[in-house]
Amino acid sequence: MRRIPLSALIGLFFTGLFLFTALFAQWIAPYPLDAVLGKVWEPPSEQFLLGTDTIGRDILSRLIYGGQITIFVALVSSLLSFGLGSFLGFLAAVRGGWVDQVLSRVVDLVMAIPSLIVALVVLSVLPINLTVLILVMGLLDSTRVFRLSRAVAMDIAVMDYVEAAKLRGEGQMWVIFREILPNALSPLVAEFGLRFIFAVLFISTLSFLGLGIQPPLADWGGMVKENKDGLVYGKAAALMPALAIAALAISVNLVADWVLSRTSSLKGGRGA
Amino acid sequence: MHPILKLVVQRIALGLLLLLAVSVLIYAGTEALPGDVAQAILGQSATPEALANLRESLGLNQPGYIRYFHWLGGVLTGDFGKALTNGQDIGQAIAQRLGNTLFLAGCAAAISVPLAIGLGLVAARYNGRWPDKVISGVTLSTISLPEFVAAYFVIYLLTQVIPIFQPVAMVFPGMSFWAKLNAVALPVIVLVLVVLAHMMRMTRAAILNVMQSAYIETAELKGLSPMRVIWKHALPNAVAPIISVVVLNLAYLVVGVVVVEVVFGYNALGQYLVDHVAKRDLPVVQAVGLIFAAVYIGLNILADVLAIVANPRLRHPK
Repeated sequence: MRRIPLSALIGLFFTGLFLFTALFAQWIAPYPLDAVLGKVWEPPSEQFLLGTDTIGRDILSRLIYGGQITIFVALVSSLLSFGLGSFLGFLAAVRGGWVDQVLSRVVDLVMAIPSLIVALVVLSVLPINLTVLILVMGLLDSTRVFRLSRAVAMDIAVMDYVEAAKLRGEGQMWVIFREILPNALSPLVAEFGLRFIFAVLFISTLSFLGLGIQPPLADWGGMVKENKDGLVYGKAAALMPALAIAALAISVNLVADWVLSRTSSLKGGRGA
Repeated sequence: MHPILKLVVQRIALGLLLLLAVSVLIYAGTEALPGDVAQAILGQSATPEALANLRESLGLNQPGYIRYFHWLGGVLTGDFGKALTNGQDIGQAIAQRLGNTLFLAGCAAAISVPLAIGLGLVAARYNGRWPDKVISGVTLSTISLPEFVAAYFVIYLLTQVIPIFQPVAMVFPGMSFWAKLNAVALPVIVLVLVVLAHMMRMTRAAILNVMQSAYIETAELKGLSPMRVIWKHALPNAVAPIISVVVLNLAYLVVGVVVVEVVFGYNALGQYLVDHVAKRDLPVVQAVGLIFAAVYIGLNILADVLAIVANPRLRHPK
């Protein structure tokens, strides 16, 4: 076991802390999500550790519940983008020919426009709910996973052991799941952290624009939106969820950087 | 034909083809998805007759490809149709706002590009020492912040902690240039922060890459000062990757602008798009989405063309 650098340890600790509070939000949060308990924008006190929000709800409790939703949506959509993107990427690399051409050109097309613009266009038609948000985010992000996994699988597909498996008469699914997947796993795992962070930022941005998670559910981006007017009067309530987003993003980045530096054969960047 | 001209023409033609495909994607993506425009306008309680009438007047009964070509023909002649929500001419509304968006993005670009390249040079010069570590550390943390989070930190810092700016950015016709500049100061600072990090890191990486060449060692052994080595010998050879990353980050401003405009209530194209997504005003969303996509693709083409032109091997073929 090599020594884990301090930055990665800090990242691991805070990532773990965020996941833990998200998982056990119901037991950790001091007050319910929607209970109006105090006056508008009260400063932090013993009763309300981080103060109260725009209609007098406890910010700490809303942060904890909001983290649950934010992390849940980001996690599920990045799992979706990984499952779909890496499977199609491996398939394109193994099959080649027209399958590869069609998939790659479609991905080029979608990636030719910024994800946020595509998401806004699509969300102007679809009903906005958790399922739709997760599907839209997952599908859009799968294009980036596709590029990475196709590039990684291209290198693996020409290896002798893959040739041997094909000559042995193994099917395509065997080659994908038993030969390529295990060897492509480490760069993909490192990429997962970056995709997860991207998903957190993406859902937060959508919610901030009012097009993401809808009330009564709360998430961090939406909380910034709710409390932003207080900033003009010097009330820092909007900065709490903003800080939470920043802290989660930085701590996962620290972990991902560490995993990334341990895996040598990584291709592709984090993209915008 | 000169090979470089041929490459450039090819690249532009490819870009136009891509833009056409994107227009199909935007149109088909919004038309083919479940959800009925007429229903969306009238709400769930609409009578069947009202729905049928509206469908007729919007031309929803025609097959999709005919509507697409109709729409595309309109877009190419500058006619974007009318907004569903208030019947305003979309082309006019866009023309009013496009200038504001370009002003904001232009100011951000004018500050961030020289700053990023300058900081990149300094970081490369002091590679591994404290100026490099400070610059890299700061930019690494801004890279992981979404635009609106960065925006509120900046707002809080510069309007509350050190009150030197107004938290809203209002620009209206008839304002003097300086008044406009003052009004957009905060949003420009935020946009600069958002794009600076990536540009600066890539500049640093490109320079450090070149610094390992033999001719750099020769220049150092000649006794030139480190800054002169970088300026005269490393920079000209690193210019192609720097140009392409600069232009790609300007393209990234397209996304940043949307969010930052909403944060500051700045009346321009991004705000217009977000408002009409919420109102489900499809023609507006399609038109503005297409414009943002065109700018993005256009800048990408520009990046490729500049990279071709900046490559001496292509400029002087054997």
